[in-house]
Parts: sequence; structure tokens; C-alpha cells
Amino acid sequence: MADTRHVAAHEQAHEKAQRHDPVYDRLHATQEFQELKRRYVGFVVPATIAFLAWYLLYVVMSNWAHDFMSQQVVGHINVALVFGVLQFVTTFLIAWLYGRHMADKVDPLARQLEAEYAKEVGR
Amino acid sequence: MDSQTLTAILFVAVVLVTVGITFWASRQNAGTADFYAGGRSFSGFQNGMAISGDYMSAASFLGISGAIALSGYDGFLYSIGFLVAWLIALLLVAELLRNSGRYTMADQLAYRMRQRPVRTAAATSTVVVSIFYLLAQMVGAGALVALLLGVTDPAIKAWTIVGVGLLMVFYVTVGGMKGTTWVQIVKAVLLMAGTILITILVLAKFHFNISELLGAAADKTGKGEAFLQPGLKYGLTTTSKIDFLSLGLALVLGTAGLPHILIRFYTVPTAKAARTSVMWAIGLIGAFYLMTLALGFGAAALLDTGPESKVVASGGNLASPLLAEAVGGGDGSTGGAVLLALISAVAFATILAVVAGLTLTSASSVAHDLYATVVKSGQATEKDEVKVARVAAFVIGGIAIALAIPAQKLNIAFLVALAFAVAASANLPSIVYNMFWRRFNTRGATWAIYGGLVSCVVLVFFSPVVSGLGVNPTTGASLSLFPADVDFHWFPLQNPGIVSIPLGFFFGWLGTVTSQEPAAEERYTELEVRAFTGAGAEQATHH
Repeated sequence: MADTRHVAAHEQAHEKAQRHDPVYDRLHATQEFQELKRRYVGFVVPATIAFLAWYLLYVVMSNWAHDFMSQQVVGHINVALVFGVLQFVTTFLIAWLYGRHMADKVDPLARQLEAEYAKEVGR
Repeated sequence: MDSQTLTAILFVAVVLVTVGITFWASRQNAGTADFYAGGRSFSGFQNGMAISGDYMSAASFLGISGAIALSGYDGFLYSIGFLVAWLIALLLVAELLRNSGRYTMADQLAYRMRQRPVRTAAATSTVVVSIFYLLAQMVGAGALVALLLGVTDPAIKAWTIVGVGLLMVFYVTVGGMKGTTWVQIVKAVLLMAGTILITILVLAKFHFNISELLGAAADKTGKGEAFLQPGLKYGLTTTSKIDFLSLGLALVLGTAGLPHILIRFYTVPTAKAARTSVMWAIGLIGAFYLMTLALGFGAAALLDTGPESKVVASGGNLASPLLAEAVGGGDGSTGGAVLLALISAVAFATILAVVAGLTLTSASSVAHDLYATVVKSGQATEKDEVKVARVAAFVIGGIAIALAIPAQKLNIAFLVALAFAVAASANLPSIVYNMFWRRFNTRGATWAIYGGLVSCVVLVFFSPVVSGLGVNPTTGASLSLFPADVDFHWFPLQNPGIVSIPLGFFFGWLGTVTSQEPAAEERYTELEVRAFTGAGAEQATHH
């Protein structure tokens, strides 16, 4: 018993020592940080739901909509192949849109907050 | 000179080049940041190449084109899951992990939780996933090298495994992350160049008309339009359809939880570079999988894929090499011999790069998570830690060799899918919860990891891949891990993901809500600021 209490106390001390620069609390409370989070989540959550749903739709259709997927579009190219290649296209597109969104809307705020951190810690 | 001699010469060249690179990279391997993260000094593009080299295993290079050659459209289904998965890595994981961790998957959990339990759990899962993956690669290497060199002697297969094992230990112990990364970059260049070359040669045979290529494949295989439609492989029964859905989930959610992929995000100086590297990786991997369509359908159109053919006998693995021979001028021609040897060497380089990445990942986790924190309570010197990592690489290499040699006789093709399933069920829930859920805590993390891991392994143990799948009608070999007369399976699916991924998330939630850990919630503020802004994140080392 005494032993486990000793370990627990030791671990707590360990954690206390690591914690915690109050600069993080100040940065967290800034409007910029809340705005940064809003912009990140505002893109990432709908995008993730969309590409997962789109991918699952593809898997489900491949499994259970054989006739639809087998229709020929041009020559020997059928709906299944077009659908599959579209998954590639949307993946490239979402990756590119994400990169652009982050560079335009999120990175400037992150740089600003990081600079504030560097200033406070450097002081 | 015949193709096999040429192949052997190119294999030796691959070994010499990679060994040379490793020695060159070993000049700067002083501290932990060098050994584990290559000094965090790779550019986004370089890391994107290395990620592709780390990710595209022989299973994708030879396996997917082979699967398309044999099962037509259904072979292509894999590639899509393998690619879309990268969006999870890009949007939800890469940058946040880069900013909040140091060297291993456990770091970002340990940032706000009790070190010992979360590091033990994450290290367990890292080593298990990496060993599963490694075993599949090494057994594949033995079979493949024998196949490519045209030898059948089991002793040569065993020595190949030993040779590959020793090489990967060498890359990791001498070159560390820097050496491993350059081996992966070289491999990615070789793989892309080889694939582009064969794709162009195949398409040229069909006047660069995709429809003509597909039509030729449908005709030659005798399966007609069904060969181009989904369902030839997975569409047989409702169980096989659900099984495919389960595999699809594990593929799309597993990639961003594979430890050997995660540690690659630490090798760049900033989160923005981590983003760029994943974007490059998506471009390279996507282009590669699109080309496997040409390779697979090209093999179906140009090669004999009948029941007695070499392609079928190799389970599809010889489809790409034999296709290279065919488009180079066919059996007996110089062009054919050269291209066959080239593609074989690319496959060999592919294996080496992947096994090196896996060995480094598990060695890092053993040294950084288990030794430095759990054993030494954070008191180990950097020098000791790196020494332990090197020893760990030897031990892991030894274990992998010792397991792979007897495993050659067993059907272990399921191990890669299992590694993805564990990554999706055990690792992804803990990573996502940790980044996005303030309330998440130590018990939640350990329950998610152990819960996901154990569910996967137990379900697979009682699934048809371990017992009860019957025998291969042509070879008479058991299709399961156990001999055909043993059958104790009760879980109907070969892929556990559809059950184990929700279980992993459920256990993570349950563990969290049944415990209180104010410190973890408090430190979430710090984690969040650091993850999103990079404030206080690890810097690149300067030499």
C-alpha cells in the first residue's frame, strides 16, 4: 500500500514539474486562437464527413449496385471505373483545397500566435 | 546474359547503393533527434517521396496489379481505400502530430497523460502492428526473391529472409532515420520510374486507348465484360460483401494509425512541411495506383492468366515482372530480359525500404517509450537511448527472421490487413480523441488501444483466415493459417474492422467517462495551442 502511494505521489510530482507555462492559457484565450480553431474545424469536419460518405457510397455501390456500376459509358469504360477514378479526382481535389484553405486562412493566424509565444517565452 | 543473371546483378547493385547511402547518412547520427527523426531536416517534397516509399509495399506494387490481372475490377478496389485514407492523415493527423509529438506515436498521448501507462500501451500496439507488417513483408521477400531469381530451393528462400533481415538492421542501426529515409526516397524514385516506363509501353500497345486495353483484357481472360465490373472476387455472397466493406473501413481508417507512417511526420521542420509532404505523397501514391490499372489490365490482356499459367501459380505476384518482359519484347529477347530484371530490382528495393521503416519504428518505440520513460523514468541520457534503440533493432530483426522462416509454410497473407485493422481500431481512436476531445484521459487511451488491439486479434484468431477456409483446389494447400482439418472459427468475416473499429472507439469513450483526470484536461489547453500553432513545438536540429 505504502509503495503504491509513493509511486502515485511520485507521478504527481512528475506531472507538476512538467506543467505548465501560463503563456498557453493566455494564447488559448485570444480571439485569434478561437478564430483559428473555428476556421480549421469549419473546413476539416465537413470535408471529412463528405469524403468518408463518398468513399463508403462507392464501396456500397460496388457491392450492392452491380447493375448500375456495370453500365457502359464509353466503349469498355463502365460506371464502376469512372466512379473509381472519380475517387482519385476528389482525393486530389480535397487535398488541394485543404492546402489552399490552410495557407490562406489558418497559417497567418498560427504564425501570429507562434510569434507571440516566442516573444513571451523569450522575455 | 540471361534475365536471371541480370536480375541478380541488379539486386547486388540495389544493395550496394543503399548500403553506400546508409554509410553516407550515418555521419550525422549523434543525438536522439538525428536517430529517430533525421534531425527533422527533410523538406516536404523529400518526406513526401519517403512516405510513398514507406507506404507502397511489394503488396501494392506486385499484389494489386496481380489482383487486377486475376480478378479484374475487384483488384482495383484496394487501391482506392489505400489512397482515400491519406485524406485522414492530411486533414486530421499529420500537422497536429508534428507539432505535439517528438519521436513516436506515444509522444502526443504522453503530452497530457500519465507517461507509464500510455507509453506502454502505445509501444505495445506499435510493436505488434509493425511485427505483423514486417512478417508479411519478409515472408513475401523470401518467396519473391526466389521467384524473381527463378530458384525453388527452400534453403535459398530462408537465406533470403536472413539477408533481408540483416540489411534492414544495418540500415537502421547505422543510418538511423536519415539512412532509412534516403533508402525510401531512392526506392520511390525507382518505383515511380519503373512503373511509368511499363505503363507507357503497355498503353502504346493499345494506341493509348484505355477502352481498347480494357476490351483486350476482357477478351483475353475469356470473362468478358464481367472482368471489368465489380463482383468477380467479393460479390459472391452477402458475407463476402460485408467482408469487403469491413476491409474497406480498415484500409481507409488504418493508414493514419500506422506507426511507421506517423513517425515520418516528425522528420520535417514544421507542420506546414508535414502538410506539404502528405500532399506530395497523395500525388505520388495516387498516380502510382492509377498506373497499376494499366499494369493489371495490361497483364490480363497480354499474358496467359489461365489456370496453369505462371501468373496464377504466383498468386498474381509475377504479373508485373512478366508484363515487363512481355512489353520489352517477350521471353528470350534482350529487351524483355532487361525490363524483367529492372522491375524485379524495383520490387526488391521496395521490400528493403518498407522493412527498414518498420524496424526503425519498433526500435524507436522500444527505446524511447519503454526504455527511456517506463524503465528509466525519463532519466536516460540521449546516448544511452540511441544505444538501446540500436540493440532493439537487432532484437526485432532477429525476432522477425526467426518468425518469418517457419511462417513461410503458412498462409499469412492476412497479416497486412490485420495490421491495418489494428491501426484503425487501436491507434486511430486514441489519436483522434486525444486531439479533439478535452475530456479524454489516460484510462480512455489505454482502453482504446488495448481494447481495439485485443478485439482485432481475438476476432481474427476465430475467423476463417486462421482456421476453416478449406483448401486451394489447385495446390491442395490450406487457405487458412492452420491445416485444413482444423476448424474452430466462429467469426464469419476475414476482416475484423467493421466490429473492432467501433469497439476501439467505444472502449476509448468508456474508459474516459468512467475516470477523472483533471491534469489531462488542464494540459489539453497547452496541447491544443501547441498542436494548432506550433508554439513550443520541436525544432529541427542544426549541424
